Amino acid sequence: MSKYILKRILIAIPVLIGITIIDYAIMCLAGSPLEMLKGPRVSEAAVEAKKIALGLDKPFYIQYFVWLGQLLHGNLGYSVKSYQPVSEMIKSHLGPTLLLMGVSLIVSLIMAVPAGIYSAIHQYSKGDYTVVTLSFLGSSIPGFFLSLLLIYLFTIKLGWLPSSGMTTLGTDGGFLDVVKHMIMPVLVLATSMAGSNIRYIRSAVLEILQQDYLRTARAKGIGRFKVIYKHALRNALVPIVTVIGMEIPMLFGGAVIIEQVFSWPGLGLMTMSAIISRDYPVIMGVCLLSAIVVLIANLITDILYALVDPTITFE
Amino acid sequence: MGKEKQIEKKFRKKKKYSVDTIDEGKKKDIVSESYLQTVFRRFKRHKLALISLVIVVILGLAALFAPIIAPYDPNEMAGPFSGAPGKGFLLGTDQIGRDVFSRLLYAMRISLLVGIMATLISTVIGVILGLIAGYFGGVADMLIMRFTDMVMSFPYILLVLVAAAIFKPGLWSIILILGFVDWPGIARLVRGNVLNLRETNFIKGNLVAGMPLRHILFSEILPNTVAPILVYATSVLALSMLDEAALSFLGMGVQPPTASLGNMLNGAESLTVLTKQPWLWVPPGVVIVVLVMAINFIGDALRDALDPNSKG
Repeated sequence: MSKYILKRILIAIPVLIGITIIDYAIMCLAGSPLEMLKGPRVSEAAVEAKKIALGLDKPFYIQYFVWLGQLLHGNLGYSVKSYQPVSEMIKSHLGPTLLLMGVSLIVSLIMAVPAGIYSAIHQYSKGDYTVVTLSFLGSSIPGFFLSLLLIYLFTIKLGWLPSSGMTTLGTDGGFLDVVKHMIMPVLVLATSMAGSNIRYIRSAVLEILQQDYLRTARAKGIGRFKVIYKHALRNALVPIVTVIGMEIPMLFGGAVIIEQVFSWPGLGLMTMSAIISRDYPVIMGVCLLSAIVVLIANLITDILYALVDPTITFE
Repeated sequence: MGKEKQIEKKFRKKKKYSVDTIDEGKKKDIVSESYLQTVFRRFKRHKLALISLVIVVILGLAALFAPIIAPYDPNEMAGPFSGAPGKGFLLGTDQIGRDVFSRLLYAMRISLLVGIMATLISTVIGVILGLIAGYFGGVADMLIMRFTDMVMSFPYILLVLVAAAIFKPGLWSIILILGFVDWPGIARLVRGNVLNLRETNFIKGNLVAGMPLRHILFSEILPNTVAPILVYATSVLALSMLDEAALSFLGMGVQPPTASLGNMLNGAESLTVLTKQPWLWVPPGVVIVVLVMAINFIGDALRDALDPNSKG
């Protein structure tokens, strides 16, 4: 077991190094930060001095190592726009995003797990067809379109829910206020995730239901209820763990668009405004952070997977 | 002794009976059926997929023949500003008096073009990398799969958005970006299939017979992994159409005045459009949902129809 975990971690290291290289390469591809300085009132000599100060006169690979060294000290560089350190900016926007992502993940599991299991147990019934059709609808509807529909319905027509921000302006928020602001973005994010998860859990449970040990359980005559809820569900945990692992990158991506639509003051909104104003240090910082989070999430998923299912060994 | 023979005779008789009358009839049907016929027969069992196919064909034809069907030029002023749907304008007009119905037809054209081209590019990249990784194994496999891991670690939308920020947004850059970001899934799928196929006897037979590599890869291995690639490609098509819509909605995809389903929804960010002019944003949204859902249903039915283990 520990050998498997060790091997899995060792494999993640070159991937991590590769991620930093890709990240750095994209930043270089995006253009030199000196271009932002150039202007009629800046002399060539000043640009040249800045070039040396930033270490841009050194070869590509040395620049990379300098950047990597800074990175290891937690220095992600400075925003071109606001001159704030990128790590500070990320820190201050991380909370709302984690809140949104975490709640959406839980809500999507609450929607997908029972629906997927119900669908698998009642395979080919009317209920199953309804659930599967709805799940296709969930994964086919663009998040921003669903957001617009919800805003139209709940904000404009009914006036029940606020459509932007995290708290009502001018107030200090409070728990209920935040919950009210969260309902629509969470619903949108959870719907799109639940769509694909329902089908994934359904097919995983179907596979489990055909296993020999369940036939044995049925043959023992312990009753349908016990067969499903005691023997089948415990084994359905494995695919559910995988689903959670798969969702992390989806959540990060989905959050960018949904935060934009609902003006949720999180990482996504920050990234989007950085993208629009071409604030590359910020973009790269977020990219790097999210890639590392995804990598760690995959690592944990694999390890959990191996813990839940002892037959898995590393090939 | 006699008894045994009798039983044997009876048994044989029974066997003969069953082969002659029941199995034989069924067998003939199956033998006379080509692979494509089997696939189509199985596909037809999925009523929703069949309806979806009809919808996709109709919408596809409407998009293809947009210049003939569209009553107005999609980029020219044709009527009153923000006119409600009514006579002459099936879906009304937009803020600068362009016919929404004509724009919708052209938008479908662009969105389908982006989806299909991006899927083609990512499928070709994924298939080639997957074939190399799976067949040659060793260092090539390790390098390709680790690279795939890296690309998959970046949240997909973020990667696309960053690429869209670096390159000038436009129709072809969006196709290339989606195409170059979508391939890891296909590469993994093809690699897994190739790893399995490499162990089969017919591939080993080819190797022993000294067939050229090109023949083994493209005439033996690839045709045997086409079915899962096709199924996966339908989901990539659906996803890339959704991504195009999201990007264009954010203003980083297809640029106006060219209409795409996503940038037609862009106007809904303004409150007047959202509340008072639903004909401007509901139709393109509904078209995206219908198209993507239909493609997903078709893909799901194809998965079942192409599965060699599927019954019937």
